[in-house]
Amino acid sequence: MRGSLRGRARGPVHRRTKARLAADAALLLTAAGFALPLLWLVLASVNADADLRVRLPGSVTAEHFDAVLTDEITFTPMLNSLLLCGGATVVTVVCAALAAYPLSRYRSRFNRPFLLTILFTTCLPITAVMVPVYGLFVQVELIDTMHGTALFLATSQLPFAIWLMKNFMDGVPLVLEEAAWTDGASMTQTLTRVVLPLMGPGVTVVMIYTFIMLWGNFFVPFMLLLSPEQLPASVSVFTLFGNYGSVVYGQLAAFSILYSLPVLVLYVLIARRLGGGFTLGGSVKG
Amino acid sequence: MSRDSRDSRGARAWRWVPLTPATLLLLLFLAGPIGYCVWIAFTDTQLTGASGSHFVGLDNFRRAFADEDFRNAVWLTLVFTVVSAVLGQNTLGLALAGLMRAASRPVRTLTGALVITAWVLPEIVAAFLLYAFFRREGTLNAVLDWLHLPSQNWLFTLPILAVSFANVWRGTAFSMLIYSAALAEVPRDVTEAAEVDGAGGVRRLRYITLPMIRRSIGTTLMLNTLSTLSVFGLIWAMTRGGPGNRSQTLPVFMYDQAFLKSLIGYGTAVALLLLLVGSLFSVVYLRLLKVEV
Repeated sequence: MRGSLRGRARGPVHRRTKARLAADAALLLTAAGFALPLLWLVLASVNADADLRVRLPGSVTAEHFDAVLTDEITFTPMLNSLLLCGGATVVTVVCAALAAYPLSRYRSRFNRPFLLTILFTTCLPITAVMVPVYGLFVQVELIDTMHGTALFLATSQLPFAIWLMKNFMDGVPLVLEEAAWTDGASMTQTLTRVVLPLMGPGVTVVMIYTFIMLWGNFFVPFMLLLSPEQLPASVSVFTLFGNYGSVVYGQLAAFSILYSLPVLVLYVLIARRLGGGFTLGGSVKG
Repeated sequence: MSRDSRDSRGARAWRWVPLTPATLLLLLFLAGPIGYCVWIAFTDTQLTGASGSHFVGLDNFRRAFADEDFRNAVWLTLVFTVVSAVLGQNTLGLALAGLMRAASRPVRTLTGALVITAWVLPEIVAAFLLYAFFRREGTLNAVLDWLHLPSQNWLFTLPILAVSFANVWRGTAFSMLIYSAALAEVPRDVTEAAEVDGAGGVRRLRYITLPMIRRSIGTTLMLNTLSTLSVFGLIWAMTRGGPGNRSQTLPVFMYDQAFLKSLIGYGTAVALLLLLVGSLFSVVYLRLLKVEV
């Protein structure tokens, strides 16, 4: 229909081109707004005398990266982040995969209330829970421990991970599993040898997504970890930024880039699968 | 299912064992603290002097509603949520998703990539970038100078708007993604038929597109509101709630009372109110979704 319209009159076509130009212009303007702060990050990190403004460096230098690539500033905090978030991600993914299996495979009158509670929990403002969590952690002596913090981080991501995982698992057909059952496989065997390999991409998405969310988390480690040598990058960059009288902006930009790079790369890896349809694992479908 | 008839009762109970690790974690680290929160909110617990913890009933809440700083925090949270979540992230996300359908491919890709990068960046890096952007000697004032517009010290004169803008910068990608998916599902022939009938852009939006994606709008509004209610790091790193208390939203106020002023009981009462508001929104959200699980 559009084709015939186009053939008959130039009006609609012309209007369409104009509409595209207008849309392009509006988007480019917005894009510029979004780009400016990012541009500052990139330019300041290589500018020998960086300040707070976006401007082309008079002389390009790698000295900021050199300066922050030390144990104290970069390697220890990044390793802490890796341990903390990696550990928490493993706990989240294992627990979520286990929990998703019965929820996806068996029918019971508990399923619905359980899943609704999970969805409800996904929406709760975790920030509000931090004060009582701090109090509890002091009492059970989990405060300032990596494993305690990792367990809380894992729990904070768990509801969403279960939800995603269950939706991915629902997509795996039952037939092959039933064959395994007939051959006498146990539930654990069916889960690890049949279901999980079949939903490999789904598990990867849950894993990477969980890791990205935890890597950027600031408030939880800020509250629960106290000793400087245990702090992950999210808190250490804040300490650097907040406590130095005269901040070396170039170094902060350089460190911010190093700290952000892993999640940016990971996001690109899963973008296609999360992409357009990423809406709470399909729960938001119109 | 054929398995059901074959299995004994005991075997059927075993099936639910895999749920235990997750349930245990959720009970210990989420339900536990929330329960503890309900208890502590009714006591006068302080960080110093562990002995002094008494049940004080509704005192903390009465005190909160009489406290000018608390009311200030409620007001600022309202401003922050409406400006950044409802108007900012939601409207800008919808506008971007809509414009992208009309725009050319390279522009669409570029804009999408930038908006999503802002979203994926760690919270504290985003805070740092926007702090640099809004500072007196930062980029925003440089741009305003260049346009011959008056510049000012944004973080001092309009701190709540600066952090709201920061939240828009950081959070719009989520709305954009949901709306892009929703708009892709609006059948093209319906809008085209309206176009042929002579309905202009605004009227097509008002009478066709918006009604067709109304559930996505509800969801986006709800999720934006909930995530904005719990923003802490962004504000804390940009302004620490200041100057004075002019960007002190409820999470920042809660942190300030509980830890800097050591009033754990009072801070928890504030946290409980925040949780209640969040729960209310969550319930509305679940109703709205009419989830099939």
